[in-house]
Amino acid sequence: MKKRIIAAVLAGCMCITLLYGCGNSKKADNGKDSLTLFNYGEYIDPDVLDQFTEETGIEIKYEEALTPEEMYTKYKSGAIKYDLMCTSDYMIQKLIDEGELQKIDINSMEYKDNIDQKYWKLSNDIDPGNQYSVPYFWGTVGILYNTKKVKEPIDSWEVLFNHEYSGEIIMQNSIRDLYMVALKYLGYSLNTEDEDELRAAQNLLLEQKADVQAYLVDEARDEVVAENAVMAVIYSGEAYLGEEYNEDLAYVIPKEGSNLWVDSWCVTKYCKNPENAETFLNFLCRDDIAQKNFDYIYYSTPNNAVIDSLPEEDKNNEALVPSEDATDNCEVSKKLPDDTTKLMNYLWKELKAE
Amino acid sequence: MVDRIKDYLSRFYIVFIFIFLYAPILVMIVLSFNASRSRVIWGGFTLDWYTQLFASNEVMEALTTTIILAVASATIATLIGTIGAIGINAMREKNYKLVLAFTNIPMLNADIVTGIALMLWFVRFMPLGFGSVLIAHITFNIPYVILSVMPKIRQMNLSVYEAARDLGANALYAFMKITLPQLMGGIMSGFFMAFTMSMDDFAITYFTKGAGVNTLSTMIYSQIRKGIKPEMYALSTLIFAFVFVILLLVNYVPKMKKRGGR
Repeated sequence: MKKRIIAAVLAGCMCITLLYGCGNSKKADNGKDSLTLFNYGEYIDPDVLDQFTEETGIEIKYEEALTPEEMYTKYKSGAIKYDLMCTSDYMIQKLIDEGELQKIDINSMEYKDNIDQKYWKLSNDIDPGNQYSVPYFWGTVGILYNTKKVKEPIDSWEVLFNHEYSGEIIMQNSIRDLYMVALKYLGYSLNTEDEDELRAAQNLLLEQKADVQAYLVDEARDEVVAENAVMAVIYSGEAYLGEEYNEDLAYVIPKEGSNLWVDSWCVTKYCKNPENAETFLNFLCRDDIAQKNFDYIYYSTPNNAVIDSLPEEDKNNEALVPSEDATDNCEVSKKLPDDTTKLMNYLWKELKAE
Repeated sequence: MVDRIKDYLSRFYIVFIFIFLYAPILVMIVLSFNASRSRVIWGGFTLDWYTQLFASNEVMEALTTTIILAVASATIATLIGTIGAIGINAMREKNYKLVLAFTNIPMLNADIVTGIALMLWFVRFMPLGFGSVLIAHITFNIPYVILSVMPKIRQMNLSVYEAARDLGANALYAFMKITLPQLMGGIMSGFFMAFTMSMDDFAITYFTKGAGVNTLSTMIYSQIRKGIKPEMYALSTLIFAFVFVILLLVNYVPKMKKRGGR
């Protein structure tokens, strides 16, 4: 009996010391001069973070994730109290709706005018009044194709559906990006909630399936670069890299319009030092910092200072700096109501099972 | 004739299996010297990725964390596991089976379940950080140590220990001089198993790590979106070469010594 009591007491002591020992770091966590960031992988130049700490004395804790859904889950679990998050359009909208974000005093930011008015307007679609988010990078979805293997330059989604390039097409393997193509081709909004429109898109995709070589996400670029396929529906950032590897490739935003995506930074409700967070956001918009990040990431930037300093050939690159005309018909994808999401999931399964 | 065909077929089979096992690694090694970032275009031979690898703070930090974590968790788990195994072995039949079954749970359980459960537990009691990952790794390492130490204990001849005690050795002395040397093989293999498990783990680390703590596996995971960087091919190549050399040494040096000695 005595032995048991001693054992229990010892075990208790061990637990307490363990917890206490690890708990000590808590003070540093919530310290005044530290920020915890949550971002996509490879989505900031690591030097920028060091430079920020050097200039302001604010320590950075940095965490990465792969998809907006994953970010949302990790954020919601409350395991780590993030101060700032960089995520995609519809997820920002969702976070705003759920009251997870703090308003940012954007007007007090010295470098806010570096972000072109056009992008503030664009971001307005998901964040009415531009109160919660600062655009970071953006881009489009379009067709990356091999100019030597097509008869004439492509300008429409039609090439994906007219059976001419049967077996040479790669489509996106994600619900919204896949249905977007069909919806836009049919002239509907990519945020449609209308069942008939979605069914029409479904019929088109079912009919197209025989012509599709594969539904891919990341590997799509390399398949076109290696000339295993003639064309792929692809994100503009990937397309730019593809063009670097193989000079026969070209990227086009089809005239019917496409998806325009924006990744923005926002401040969560857990952030105890909004001034520090604003300092960081302002820092990201500064000319030299935005330039550094652009050189590292090579996605389209909303930062005027960076665009102005680009070499002429990059300025005319559709994948890097899409022209006004090309993005005229493009839309930002919004959060969909649950019913529509369910229907799309069902249609997606039906399509994949076919 | 039939025998020769059989012989040929079995050799072919072995070669076939080895190709499946090692071709992917070979591809990775070749790509680590590729000047182009693309996986499908050969841009010429370069050692750039290797220099960039050692210049990158991010990668070096992740590597250090991974190694410290593996060594620390394996050491602590070996300690706890060995003592635990001895204790369990001394139990009566019923308790013995019960406790052993319990210690096996973290091993049989899916990593993701263990990971999430530990995360929920940690969130309640302590901030996530290096400490939480370490505790998690120790937790899932212990069963592997017990598993490899247990058979050694059962093989052990208890009479030797008793004889030592009879001849006046105290319990600790007898344990250190008699029991421990007999268990050493099991303890070492337990340690290395735990070390490997800790280095390999992704799911549990992912859920229990705090912001700013990255191991190699979680860092590589976050790179997937924009394509894994060739630096990682270089690092993996180095790790592969390191393990390969150690295996060669372990397998050939003792043989050479034997030959040299006689």
